[in-house]
Amino acid sequence: MSQNQTPYSGTVTPSKAPFWYDPKVRAVFFQIGVLGMVGLLGYYLMTNTLANLERQAIATGFGFLEKQSSFEIGESLISYSAADTYLKALLVGALNTLLVSFIGITLTIILGTFIGIARLSTNWLLSKMAAIYIEFFQDIPILLQLFFWYAFFYEILPQPRQAINLFKGVFLCNRGLIFAIPAAHPAFKYMAVAFLIGCCAVYIMRRWARKRQDETGQIFPVFKAAVGILMGLPLITWWAAGAPTAMDMPVLRGFNFQGGITVSPEFTAVLLGLVLYTAAFVAEVVRAGIQSVSKGQTEAAASIGMKPGQILNLVILPQALRVIIPPLTSQMLNLTKNSSLAVAIGYPEFVSVSGTTINQTGQAIEGVVLIMTIYLIFSLTTSAFMNWYNKKMKLVER
Amino acid sequence: MNNERLQTSSVDAIKPPRTHIGVVGWLRANLFSTWYNSLLTLVTLYVLWQAVPPFIRWAFIDSLWTSTGEECQAVDGACWSVIPANIRFILFGFYTYSEQWRPAIAIVALVGLLVYSQYRRNWKKRLIYIWLAGLVGMGVLMRGGIFGLTPVESTKWGGLPLTLLLAVFGLTAAYPLGIVLALGRQSRMPAVKSLCVVYIELIRGVPLISLLFMSSVVFPLFLPEGVTVNKILRAQAAIILFTAAYIAEVVRGGLQGMPQGQYEAAESLGLKYHQTMRLIILPQALKIVIPPSVSILISAFKDTSLVVIIALYDLLKTTQSVLGDPRWMGYSSEAYIFLAIIYFICCFYMSNFSRKLERMLDTGR
Repeated sequence: MSQNQTPYSGTVTPSKAPFWYDPKVRAVFFQIGVLGMVGLLGYYLMTNTLANLERQAIATGFGFLEKQSSFEIGESLISYSAADTYLKALLVGALNTLLVSFIGITLTIILGTFIGIARLSTNWLLSKMAAIYIEFFQDIPILLQLFFWYAFFYEILPQPRQAINLFKGVFLCNRGLIFAIPAAHPAFKYMAVAFLIGCCAVYIMRRWARKRQDETGQIFPVFKAAVGILMGLPLITWWAAGAPTAMDMPVLRGFNFQGGITVSPEFTAVLLGLVLYTAAFVAEVVRAGIQSVSKGQTEAAASIGMKPGQILNLVILPQALRVIIPPLTSQMLNLTKNSSLAVAIGYPEFVSVSGTTINQTGQAIEGVVLIMTIYLIFSLTTSAFMNWYNKKMKLVER
Repeated sequence: MNNERLQTSSVDAIKPPRTHIGVVGWLRANLFSTWYNSLLTLVTLYVLWQAVPPFIRWAFIDSLWTSTGEECQAVDGACWSVIPANIRFILFGFYTYSEQWRPAIAIVALVGLLVYSQYRRNWKKRLIYIWLAGLVGMGVLMRGGIFGLTPVESTKWGGLPLTLLLAVFGLTAAYPLGIVLALGRQSRMPAVKSLCVVYIELIRGVPLISLLFMSSVVFPLFLPEGVTVNKILRAQAAIILFTAAYIAEVVRGGLQGMPQGQYEAAESLGLKYHQTMRLIILPQALKIVIPPSVSILISAFKDTSLVVIIALYDLLKTTQSVLGDPRWMGYSSEAYIFLAIIYFICCFYMSNFSRKLERMLDTGR
């Protein structure tokens, strides 16, 4: 081709490449190919599945949710009986998952922070103990830990008659953890309302304090005032409602305890396993976060006359939290996902209830879809929160 | 000059106060530097004093190591006898009893391979061939059927070999898949990118156990009539699909760590996409992500224990069935502590290796 061109022409227009060398065209074809393959695979699986379902006479769709479940669930936050629907059974399971995750997350953060700080302590003994804890609990599968704690309850702890009395009103035996609670009284309802009002008041106060600080530069002791309001309002309500102090004490009657609150061995084992395991990871996250703030920051803040409390609040925490929060959230998510392992020791959380549902109805696909959906909702909510937080905390650069 | 030296040596001769050196100095600096540090030390020592001596008493002094289950009931201490009495079932499950030397050799070979590959001087192309040969050899050894070895059905595999098999094959197969997913997620083609993002986020959002459920109850429905897939293989597939999503995220971290200049330089040399990736980007990116990959390996290893829930006889399940035996009921703590030690040794070794690797790779930069 090039030989035909006149040798003296000033501009050489390169011969146009054939269209299949055009990256854009290639990309379109490649994507059509990939999508086609995925579609074909999906179609193949779907036809197989439908044929199999028809052959085995398994119903499809979520109609079963309305049917009577006819199985009992050991523990439940809402009233539930075997006469209720599958939908309600699954709701009970989801609430149990949320309950164990929520309490687990709270305890994990507290324990993990303590261990993380202990790891950084100048006290050699404490630091080494924390290091041993972290290494030990991280390296043993969570399922094994759950089995261990469950066996601990059933094999090592005594019968209710010989229950270990930890403190006044707190018993530990193979029926679980039993402790006293304040006896029912209307005052506690009013206290909850007072607490909610307190939360609103603190929110308004914070906005006002920030605005005033922006305008006048005066600092208002927000934290102390908030603690005062949140503790004080419910306490005043409690006092005004007659200061009830009666306790509902657990008492041994026959073979078991009556009164108080009994936390089942399953729940306690799951909680113990999840908290001890995840706290080891959280401790590492906290340690890394604290170490990420260089010592110069503290010294610089001290040199411009900040008090230790201010240094912690205004200089160290905002920087350390930026490093800590993202991995911390993923640990919290891990804890929620790991709570599904409770199925192995018989705590009726979502996966366990779904498993029973699958066994009874034979509708495995719907059951697994439900499990995945619930956990996806948890994950997506968390990552939405993370994105919002990251945006809020992002370093504002020039 | 001479004078000056004399001066220095005389300054050296004045020793620091005795309370600042030696054992006393160390104690003062590390345990009793302030009043609250002293308090912390004392509290920790008290807790240790309450916990450690009774444990030692239980585990070593009052314990029995070789006895029957009945004899154990008479003593207060640990009944370690449950382990030696059942060790072959715990380690090898239902594998034909007379042939259990074969999985034993396979495990030793695998450990040997792992130890061999941890040295950097062995990281050559030869290593890949050695691994391939090793894996095939182990497969033949486990399965039998040729070279006069009695065939052993894979349904009989269990215990430690199953745990290691799920972990090692899970990771080796998940790694390439994870790389493809990571590249797909970085791709400029919207369809490919969104497929990969959906896959990765979907898998990372659900617990492994739901995938294992899927492999055990839903997967058989996907297959045409008459086709069945071995249960171990299905669980293995679930583990691979799960681990791949996590590896993809780790590899993506490495890819994002590559400076844009590397891509531009490769492009200006006229390299095509796959050449750029294979020769320029991936070798550097994968090197960065070796340490996080080892942590994925550790969690994949720990996660294999979840196959208990779909009733595969891995190390944890074989132990549990021993504990279900009426002769050995009630000695769960001892058996679980033994398992914990096995898992701990493996994971601790790997995490130590990862730390060493991090230091080793750091010096090159």
